[in-house]
Formats: sequence, C-alpha cells, structure tokens
Amino acid sequence: MPITYYIVLSIVLFCIGVVGVLTRRNAIIIFMCIELMLNAVNLLLVAFSKMHNGKAIVSNPTSTVGIDGQLFVFFIMVVAAAEVCVGLSIIVMMYRNTHSVDVNFLNRLKN
Amino acid sequence: MIPVLLIVIPLVTGLISFFLKEERSAKAFALLSSVATLAVSLISLFQSGDSLSTDASWLPMLGSRFLVSLDGMGKILTLLTAVSFPIIFAATYNNKYKNPNSFYGFMLLTQAGLMGVFCAMDLFLFYFFWELALIPAYFLCSKWGGEKRIAVTFKFFVYTFLGSLLMLVGILFVYFKTPDHSFAISSLHNLALTAGEENFIFWLFFIAFAIKMPVFPFHTWQPDTYEQAPTAVTMVLSGIMVKMGVFAVIRWLLPMFPAASVRMADFIMIFAVVGMIYASLIAIRQDDMKRLVAYSSIAHIGLMAATMFTGSAFGMQGVIFQMFAHGVNIIGLWIVIDVIEQQLGTRKFSELGGLAQKAPVLAIMFVIMSFANIALPLTNSFVGEFLMFNSVFNHSVVLGAVACISIILAAVYTLWMVQKVFYGEVTNEERITLNVPINTQLMLAILVAVVLFFGVYPQPMINLCAETVTKIIAQIK
Amino acid sequence: MAKLAYLVPLFPLIGFLINGLGRKTLSKSLIGLLGCGVILASFVVSVGIFLQVKQDGFQPQIVHLFDFIKVQSFNIPFSFQVDQLSSLFLLIITGVGFLIHLYSTSYMHNEETQHYGRYFAYLNLFVFSMLLLVLGANYVIMFIGWEGVGLCSYLLIGYWFKNNNYNYAARKAFVMNRIGDVGFLLAVFWILAKLGTVSYGDVFAKASTFSTFDVTAITMLLFVGAMGKSAQIPLYTWLPDAMAGPTPVSALIHAATMVTAGIYMIVRSNVLYTMAPTTQAVVAIVGLATAFLAATIALKQNDIKKVLAYSTVSQLGYMFLGLGVGAYTGAVFHVMTHAFFKALLFLGAGSVIHAMGNEQDIRVMGGLKKYMPITHITFLLACLAISGIPPFSGFFSKDEILAAAYEHNKVLWLIGAITAGLTAFYMFRLYVMTFLGGFRGTHDQEHHLHESPSAMTIPLIVLAILSVIGGFVGIPEAFAHNAHALEHFLSPVIVKSADAAHGLDTSTEYMLMAISVALAVIAIIYAWTRFSKKPEIAEAEGAGKLLANRWYVDELYDKIIANPLIALGGFLKNVVEKSGIDGLVNGVGRGVNYAGRQIRLMQSGQVGNYILLMVLSMVLMIILVFYGNNLNPVLKYFSK
Repeated sequence: MPITYYIVLSIVLFCIGVVGVLTRRNAIIIFMCIELMLNAVNLLLVAFSKMHNGKAIVSNPTSTVGIDGQLFVFFIMVVAAAEVCVGLSIIVMMYRNTHSVDVNFLNRLKN
Repeated sequence: MIPVLLIVIPLVTGLISFFLKEERSAKAFALLSSVATLAVSLISLFQSGDSLSTDASWLPMLGSRFLVSLDGMGKILTLLTAVSFPIIFAATYNNKYKNPNSFYGFMLLTQAGLMGVFCAMDLFLFYFFWELALIPAYFLCSKWGGEKRIAVTFKFFVYTFLGSLLMLVGILFVYFKTPDHSFAISSLHNLALTAGEENFIFWLFFIAFAIKMPVFPFHTWQPDTYEQAPTAVTMVLSGIMVKMGVFAVIRWLLPMFPAASVRMADFIMIFAVVGMIYASLIAIRQDDMKRLVAYSSIAHIGLMAATMFTGSAFGMQGVIFQMFAHGVNIIGLWIVIDVIEQQLGTRKFSELGGLAQKAPVLAIMFVIMSFANIALPLTNSFVGEFLMFNSVFNHSVVLGAVACISIILAAVYTLWMVQKVFYGEVTNEERITLNVPINTQLMLAILVAVVLFFGVYPQPMINLCAETVTKIIAQIK
Repeated sequence: MAKLAYLVPLFPLIGFLINGLGRKTLSKSLIGLLGCGVILASFVVSVGIFLQVKQDGFQPQIVHLFDFIKVQSFNIPFSFQVDQLSSLFLLIITGVGFLIHLYSTSYMHNEETQHYGRYFAYLNLFVFSMLLLVLGANYVIMFIGWEGVGLCSYLLIGYWFKNNNYNYAARKAFVMNRIGDVGFLLAVFWILAKLGTVSYGDVFAKASTFSTFDVTAITMLLFVGAMGKSAQIPLYTWLPDAMAGPTPVSALIHAATMVTAGIYMIVRSNVLYTMAPTTQAVVAIVGLATAFLAATIALKQNDIKKVLAYSTVSQLGYMFLGLGVGAYTGAVFHVMTHAFFKALLFLGAGSVIHAMGNEQDIRVMGGLKKYMPITHITFLLACLAISGIPPFSGFFSKDEILAAAYEHNKVLWLIGAITAGLTAFYMFRLYVMTFLGGFRGTHDQEHHLHESPSAMTIPLIVLAILSVIGGFVGIPEAFAHNAHALEHFLSPVIVKSADAAHGLDTSTEYMLMAISVALAVIAIIYAWTRFSKKPEIAEAEGAGKLLANRWYVDELYDKIIANPLIALGGFLKNVVEKSGIDGLVNGVGRGVNYAGRQIRLMQSGQVGNYILLMVLSMVLMIILVFYGNNLNPVLKYFSK
C-alpha cells in the first residue's frame, strides 16, 4: 500500500483532532481530540518506520533501520497515558469544584 | 600580586562590612580599608615587572583567565580610585545613612569592581568587573537616593544595562574570532575581522562605553542620577565611574578595532564636540548645583571622547592625564556641594547666596576647584585640556575652534554658580550657620594641593603613562 | 643677574602665599609691609637685571626652570627669557606696582584685617601673573600669565563680593577676557601644528616657513587675544565696568599691568606681525576706532573713574594704532609713559574719592584744589601729560605714534590727532569739574575734606615726577640726533621693516607736532572756560545722551549675544533635552509599557484562543521552514 494513504489518513485524523480541540468546550471531548492527534502522529510514525525498514531489509535481512520510529510510538503512548492520568484528574477536580467540564468556565485568570 | 591586592582588599572588606553592627565601626572600617588600598596603590607606583601582574586559572571551560596587570594608565586610574575613596569617606564622615553597614559594604564592592576594571587584561574578566562595579551602584542609588530615586535608578539601570548587553554580544563575537579562543588582551589585539564585522562590533562596544562616559546623545541618565544619588555615590559615579568608559575605549576599543576607529573618528568627534557645546549651554540655565556640575562634566567628557579618536600621542596623554585631573576636581566640587546641602538643605541657586561670608574657607576651596574645573593655567586640568584641545585642533581646525567655545561657556556657568552661591548678600536666615567640619576642610586642602601640584609640575604623571600611550598609538597605526 | 630672573616673580608669589594663608593671624602692618616688601624686592632685582641688559652686546638669556609639559617630541619648558623687552616691562610692572602697593596700604586701611590680607594677597598674585606673562620664554608660559591676570582681575574687581553688581562686573571681565584667551590659545595651537614649538627663539627663527595665510591667521588670532586683554573693540566693555574694584586696583589693571599685556604680546611677536600686513592694517584700524569711540564716550561720563577708564581704552587704542603702523617702539614708549600718568590719575582719583567719602560723581565735587594741594598739582601734571603738552611725557610718545601713522596713512593721522584733541578736552573737563570752582557736595562731605596721608601722596609725587620727565628717554629725531634712548635700547628685539625708517623730514614733523599740540591747547582752553564758569550738572540730552549711555553698546551685546545664548540654553534645556532626547528615551520605556498593556489583552483566559494561536503559529512556522528560504533573505542570513 503506498505511503500516501497513511499520510492522508494521518492528516485527516490530526485535523479532526485540531478542529475538535479548537471548537469544543467540553473538556473530555477536547481530551479525546488530543488523543486523536497523538494517535495520528503515532500512525504516521509506524507507517514511515515500516516503510524505511522494508526498504533496508531487502539488502540486509537483519537491518534495524527505522526501528526507532516505532520506539517513539511507545514513548508517545506512555507519555499520553501519563498525560491522561494528570488530565483526567484535573478534569475530575474541575468537575468537583464547578460542577461542569466546560473549559471556558476557567477564564478567571483573565483579570 | 599588587593588582590582586587592589581588588581583594575592598572586595573582602566590603563583604565583611555587611555584617558590622554599629555605624561607627562600619565607617571606621571602610575608611581603614580604603586607606590600606591607597597604601597598596602608592606602592604600585614604584614597582615594575612581575609584581604588577598576575595570571591565574579562572574559568577554563570558557578560555577566560584571571589575568590582571597594571601598566602606566592602569596605575593612574587605580591611584585615582584609591585616592578618591578615603577622601570621600573622610569628607562625608559626618553624614548619616540608614543601614550604614550595607552602604559602606556596597561602596567598597564598587571600589573592588572599579579596581578590577582598571586592572583586567582579560575581556571576560573585564566584563565581570564592569558589572561588579555597576550593580552595587544601582543599589546605592535606589536605597539611599533622593525623592525620585526609584525612577531615576531604573533609568540609570536600563541605560547602562542596555550598554552592557550590547557589549556582551560584542565580547562573544570577538571571542569566536580570536585565533586561540581566548579573552586575553594579547589575542584580541590580533583579530582578523572583515571591515563590515569590525564596524558592527565597534558600535556594540562603543555604545556601551559611550553610555557610561556619557557622550551626547546618550547622556540623559546622568544629570538625573547625579542629582538623586547620595552625594558620596555621585562622587564615585562622576569622579571615577565615568572614567571607566573613557578608559575602556583606550584600553579595549581602539586597539581591538583600529581601522573602524579611524573610520568612525570624524563622526564620533562631531557628536562629542556638539555635545560639549550642548551640555555647556544647558549648564548655563541650571538652577541646581548638582545638575550644573553634571552638565559641566558631560562637556568635559565630550572633550575626552573627541580627543581619543584623534590618534595623536599627546592627545592621548592629555586624556589620561585629564581622567585623573577631572576626577580630583569634580570630587572637590561635590564635597563642597555636599556640605552646603547637608547643612542648609538646599542646592538651588535661588535659595543660596553670600556663603563666602559664612564660610570663607569653603568659598576659597570652591573657587579654586571651580577654576580648576574651567582649566585655568597652573591647575591640573589646564595641562590635560591644553593637550586635548591641541590634538583636536590638529585633527580639524573647525572642530578645534568650535570645541574651544566651550572654554568660554565653562567660564560663564562656573562663575555664575560661584557668584550665586558664594557672593552677594546672605539670603538664608542669619542664624543658620555653616560650619565646615575639620575633616572636610582637610580633605579639600589635600585635593587643592593635588590640583596645584599637577598643574605646576605635571611631568611625573605624563611620564607614568608615556609607555602605555606609545603602545596604544603603535597598535592603532 | 639675569640668571636670577626667577626671583622676580618668586617674591610676589611668596607674598601671596604668606598673606593669603596668614590673613587672619597677621597684623595689618605686617601684611602691608610684606605686600609692599616683596614687590620692592622684585623691583630691586629687576633694576639689577635691567642694568645688565642695558650693557651693549647683551644677548637674550633663557632661564630654564623645568620641563612643564613634555610628551615625546612635544616639549614646553617652563623657562624665562630675559632680554631688552622683558626687562623694560619688569621695571614698569614692579616699579609702578610697588607705588600702587604702597598707596594701597593707606587707601585700604579701613578694611577688616582679614580682607586687608586678602586684598594684598590678590595684589601680589596679580603682579606675579603679570611678571610670568612678560618673563615667559614661550607662548604657553605667556598664556599662563595671560589667564592669571584675568583671574586676578576677576578676584579684585569682585573684591567687595557682597555687592552683586560688582560680581557681575568681575564675571564680565573674566568672560570677555576668556573670549580673547580662546583666540590666543588657537594661535598657540596653530603655531604648534606648523612648527612643533612655541619658544619665541625657535618660532621667530622659523617664521619664514609660514605661509602668508598661516601667519595672517596666527597674528589675527593673537590679536583677538589682545582685544580681550587690552580692551579693544569689540571686547572693550569689560574695562569700564572693572571700575567696581578698589581704586588702586584700577590703577594696577589700567596702568602697570593687565591691559598692557596685549601690547607686550604683539611687540613680542613683532616678527610675525611684520610679515602680515593685512593683520597690521586691521590692528591699526581697530586701534584707532577704539581710541576714537572711547574718547567720545569719555566726553559725557560723570563718574571720575569711568572717565579715566574710557581714557585708558582710548590710549590703548593709540598704542594699537602704533603697533598697526609698525611703530613698535612708539607703542612700548606709550605703554611706559601711560603707565606713569594713568597710574597717577587713578591714584589721584582714589585720593579724591577717599577724601569725598567714596563719592565718585564729579557733579558733586568741585573746588577741591584748596583742600588737597598735592593731589591737585599731581593730577594737573598728569592731565597735561595725557593731553600731550610738551615737554610732558605723553607728548613724546603720542607724537611718535602719530608721526608713524602720518607716514603710513594721512587719514589715520587725522583721526588720531582729533582724538588727541578730544582727550585733552575730556581730561580737563574732569580736572576743572573736580578741582576748580566751588564745592557742590553736601556739608558733611565738605567738612570731611582733607589731603591724603603721606603713604598716598608719596606715590603721587613720584609718579608725577616720572610723568613729567619720563618722555625724555625717547626724544624724537627732529629735536636731537640719536637721542631716542628707548629705540636704541629696544632695537635688538624689534625687526626693522623697510619702511619704518623715519622718512619724515624735520619740518613735516614739526608741523605735525604743532598741529596736535595746538589742537590739545585749544581743547584745554575751551574746556577750562566752559566748565570753570558753569559746571555740567544737567543730564545729557540728544547726542550727548547717546554718548553718556556709551553708544548703547552694552545693551546691544546683551540683545544680540547674551540673550540669544541664554534663550538657546533654555530651549535646549526645556525642549531638546526634556522633550527631545529624554522624551525619546522615556518614549521607549512608555512604548514598552503600552505594548505590554495591549498585548496583555490577548491573554483572554479562553483555552480555545490559546490553542488557536498555537496552531496558527505552528502553521506559520511550517510555512517558514519549508518555504522560508525563498521568501526571506534575512532568514537565510540567520540560517547560515
């Protein structure tokens, strides 16, 4: 399958995430959109990794070229998980305090 | 060893001074420390060779070394610093400051910084001491100054700090251009720069020094700061610290960028000469003793700035000589002004008058200092100004002639001040007496003696810096 | 003896130091003794030097004291030059100076001890500076003395420092002198630039290497210096105001010292001036114009000292006329005779003022003849001398200058002769109104009138004798062959220009003398008859008012120079400095502040806004990174 398909899919996912973050006010939805963007990147990383590795394997079956891309994906997943923990707990605290998960409610620093 | 002592004595005593409790002990301690420094400085005049320089490891990862050394010019300026501080401390001994321990601590730290600036032979070290001298000065102005001290110190800080940052950029740039990645003055003398780079870096350095001197049009921090700072600090600022800028141009700027200095010479000289006339004209209209002296100082520094770029040996001699002379003269003027302000509570001409009747000794000292300020022959500044005007005249007849107008204007405003403050009828209430403490009188007498001695027999000081001048001129050409 | 020349200025310096430092502890008599003694000592040494210099074949001697400023090849030694010119001036300065000191001991006796000491200290310093001026062996040492006398005149004019008008006068004197000093200084720089030396010997030896432009510029600049010091147009206005000082000071400034400095300097530089005919013409014209203008002003002054002051300005104009037409000896001769009779006039005026209880207005004097016989006689002799009546000293010196002027240009002579007539008129107006007729003052003053004590009259008598016989050292060629002792004496230091040889035949010279003497006599008779009957008491009107107000020159200077400068200073201070430069600096600060306030609004607190901004900037960055190289050369520079 040509790499272009992966790139297009990834861009589409990423843009959906961006638009979601920009337009929605519900913290949980924003959160999900962030995850969407992260995963779009992950998808791209895996795709490129596979592509580079596939080319290198032709001449050298034991090549590890491109492997680091997949490593990054794991990092991102770990970081994302940690982020989810922190983020969700913030949201929980926010809900407890304001009984709402609307982010625009949090503009009290403005003045 | 000697330069290290000159720096370390005030540095250590300054730090100790912060922990002293009593006012009297802080004062005495500071005076003692400055006298010790003076003794070292006097010894340095009779030394030559190894004892005058020290080279130690300092920041090896940067390629900067603790390289300090005294040449003729360094000796003169460290002597000026060393002479000034005891005189300032002694003359203002009766003044009351809150938190005297930290006041004197900051003063001594400033002295350490100044000494370092005049000794440093490593550009990074120089920058370090440059800031070390300035930062305590900010504190001194902002904590012990007059009513508007915060705003004025802020201006002073932003001005000088802007200059320092530009200089820092320049320092890093030239550092990467040195063949052996070092800040030592010897490697900086052999920079391989294109003309464009040289011009650009020249300005980075020059603006920093010009702000410090200050040269028109970078001077507006100065009258405000002199006015608001406590007079003892004003003495340090105007007597010694402005010489940092002049000194730095001679020590670093001219030898590092000889070609650019020649290219920019006319431009800078025009500004300097315009500044002389400009400051003199403004001085005529001042109503405050401190501001008048501040503008007069700008005019005098303008002459030095113009002369430095003529590239003539006797002009350079004149500048170095005048740095010392101007320092001594202006400190004398400030001491008198301080006495008046402390006792009568005003510096305004409109509120003063006839003080010669109340304090004849003070009047005599002030008149002598005033005439030294306008470079009357047989006072020390005549020698310096004669050499300087001569070299400006040799460089350009028109500039020389225009600069000479400031001689007339100087007479106008200085005598105006003398007349308004000391002559005429007494304007304040009779019962307010003006008694000049004996220590102040003594210090003024010493300054007058110095003024007259070097006015009549300037040769020792000229000989002292002859070698430095020859070297610098050779480097420029 | 010439080797001891350094003693001459040293004595007054010592006197200055002792009197200055000990003014509170020494007694009055000691101060007076010391003040006069040091000048007398200098005078004795000067006489010794003069006797040595007078011998035939004397070569100028340089007394080298120490190197003053020595930078590489640039050397200004502190050295004195003893030759005919300087030794003659030494005699005049210390001789007349001593008499004035002696006179002062009595005149100033009412001052407090402390101020009495201060007065004598200043006086000694004045003599010291003047001696330095004439003894210096190069232009820089001369300049030291040159500014020194300016300083001392400042101190002495403002001696009564409680009076603000006096302080203004003192400051004016100093500043006007400074204007001249700048000219002098520029000339010194010019000489240094061209020759690298300022010693007279070297400069005059190498003078031939100057281009015409150089020598004209140098002499012009030096002349600017002389204008200031010797009170010539346009810098003469300080001298009449300088009357604020005690009267003996006026005598010292106007007769023996300060104002003759300009003459001395030009005579000293006669080698250069002879090379610059343009400058000579300017000197002659300025001198003559000053002589005439000052004489007209003196006609209508009512202050006894003011009349004398303008007469000094006028006589100095004569001397410059002499210098301009190449009669250097004549100018020096007139300096000498003028020193005698002008010192006498001032001291006489001082004696009158003393007797009148500090009254200086001649309209309330009159008839002092019978109260003050010695003052009267000596004053009359001085008036005759200044009017140029033979055989008094002024006749010889004035005649010499006028004869030289006639040779040069007949118009110069004519105006000079008319001025001589005016001089005779105003001097006798002064004399008649002061000493003849009836007393017009108050009863108290009349009661108080007395002859001055002997410390004051002895100098008067000595000066009167000198005023009478002083002219015989310069008897003109027409009367006796080779009898001009002064010309003979000065000949080694003065270059003979080709046309300076006396080309006038005897009969012409007699005619010139006759005309000028006749003019003077007519003027005297006219003044005598007019004022002895009806003294001029009313305020002047019409043209007289113009003269009485000194042609409004002071007001003019205020209008066109002083006020504009002050206004410019105010403009720079209040507008350029405050709104311009400082405005710019503070503007930067305010700009940052304003920008901060505006940009703050972007921090809306809406998470969405922040993210939108973030996304937009990221998009921008991506565009720059991928396409920036083509878009912007600046970025290219940075990316290198």
